[in-house]
Amino acid sequence: MMRAFLTPRFAGMLALAVIIALLPALLQNNFQYDIAIRVAFNATVVIGLNLLIGYTGQISLGHAGFLGLGAYFSAITVTNFGWPPLVALIVAALIVGTLAFVVARPILRLKGHYLAMATLGLGIIIAIILNQESWLTGGPDGMSVAPFSIGGYELYTQKQWYWVAGAILLFATWLSLNIIDSPVGRALRAVHGSEVAAEVVGVDTTRFKVLVFVISAVFASVVGSLHAHYVMFLSPIDAGFFHSVELVIMVVLGGMASTFGAIVGAAILTSLPQVLTFLEDYEHMIFGLIMMLVMIFLPKGIVPSLQGLLKREAK
Amino acid sequence: MLGEFIQYLFSGLTNGAIYALVGLGFALIYNASHVINFAQGEFVMLGGMNTVFLMAAGLPMPVAIMLAVVITAVVGLALEKLAVERTKNASVVTLIIITIGAAIFIRGVAQVVFDKSFHTLPPFSGNTPINVLGATITPQTLWVLGITVVIVGALQWFFNHTLLGKAVLATSHNPLAAKLVGVNVQFILLLSFGLSAALGAIGGVLITPISPTNFEVGIMLGVKGFSAAILGGLGSGFGAIAGGLLLGLIEAYTAGYISSNYKDAMAFVVILLVLFFMPSGLFGKRGTDRV
Repeated sequence: MMRAFLTPRFAGMLALAVIIALLPALLQNNFQYDIAIRVAFNATVVIGLNLLIGYTGQISLGHAGFLGLGAYFSAITVTNFGWPPLVALIVAALIVGTLAFVVARPILRLKGHYLAMATLGLGIIIAIILNQESWLTGGPDGMSVAPFSIGGYELYTQKQWYWVAGAILLFATWLSLNIIDSPVGRALRAVHGSEVAAEVVGVDTTRFKVLVFVISAVFASVVGSLHAHYVMFLSPIDAGFFHSVELVIMVVLGGMASTFGAIVGAAILTSLPQVLTFLEDYEHMIFGLIMMLVMIFLPKGIVPSLQGLLKREAK
Repeated sequence: MLGEFIQYLFSGLTNGAIYALVGLGFALIYNASHVINFAQGEFVMLGGMNTVFLMAAGLPMPVAIMLAVVITAVVGLALEKLAVERTKNASVVTLIIITIGAAIFIRGVAQVVFDKSFHTLPPFSGNTPINVLGATITPQTLWVLGITVVIVGALQWFFNHTLLGKAVLATSHNPLAAKLVGVNVQFILLLSFGLSAALGAIGGVLITPISPTNFEVGIMLGVKGFSAAILGGLGSGFGAIAGGLLLGLIEAYTAGYISSNYKDAMAFVVILLVLFFMPSGLFGKRGTDRV
């Protein structure tokens, strides 16, 4: 019994739950709560994206597009047409999942940089549409979004949102760890190792790639919806190319094929710009420099590289 | 009608030529290292911005341009020497993230060293428009097209008729084999970064009199150049040029006949369609998987 709890999977989940539960003791003001909430949201998207990039070896430079679609669907239906937010969130996730499913087959036939191009193009097309159809989306000025409410109870304060974001992150982590340890996860790693070899031993590689693509898009859509309600404002930048790139950076910086790496990557990349704001004009320079240095000295990403170091020390 | 058509043709070719130069830069570095250098657009920005500020410091235009290209090339060399070369056994994805970090870093430096406003350069030879079959063309358009043709010709000669150029080709085909016959692969990688940076800078200098530059223009130019390189088939120099021109033309004709709001979107729709039917781009090598 004890042993089952001490597997790295379970220990990690437990540690994460404890951190989420105890963190409020350290958070002193709404600004710090805000960063923690954004970290949890980003981490959830990045966990989904890590399944695709880290485990399946398929890159996507367009996931902010899925996030933006989910966010705008929620924002428009709830704010303009009075849908219940939870219904809007679920319908948005279904629509984005279906879209991802439809485009996944032709797109995932592409490899490497061609796949990067196709997903980048898809994301940019979505961002341009959101930008141009201002009668519906408010265009580049963005739109304000109604708060999230369930049965008359309104989620409003940072503290309430913190627990929602924490719960979503914990759920995403649990789902991801289970997928990785299931036959699906082994199939995914086989696809990463060698697609042809995986096919030869009977793995339906296309099916698995499509599955993970859809899962990661749905993660992004759900977070997009929640984030829009949380900030109560939405602009096409959230769906833009740079946000897509940011998400990929979080995956690689934290460590590919590491669920906890994804969380670390999201935490660092979300909070670093906040920490660096005092540098004002020098912020971007230092931010870029830190990114380069981390990748030069920890090329496998922060968590896997540090794990490797610890193992070597232990020996 | 015809005048309109020709007008769009020239504006498409002009932007397309710049995309082609950026795309060529992508292809060069990709061939030498299999890395997609996302700082390529920043080289274009540096070319334009350096020229603007060197001229403001009182240098005559030709000197400013040459110095701007040299400075940018040095930045390219530094990127290879100080960052890309330092990583041992790093995966291609890691290297790509390093170039994204470099792009953010270069933008950050540019916003401090230069400023955040838009700048433009005077056209190389006046502003008197030329009439071609009912279309009005600025002399700068001809400069862009002319210099692009000269550069492509020079590169063609370099790769086919010089020992160094042939060494670059050899490295792109098979780095290990190239090393075995005595090619200094490390140096070739360095050269590719320098050359790509110089190409980008020249593109930046050429386009700044037509469309203003600021520290952020590199992002979109980088994406367009990458698109050009992919559309044509990654690693093919001819493909990058064809891809760039095609991209410029699609944008110009979409803006002219359909909607200027959706010119960028249309370019990406076409790229997606092309990739669905030709997964290695228009002129890319059909790859086979090794197990």
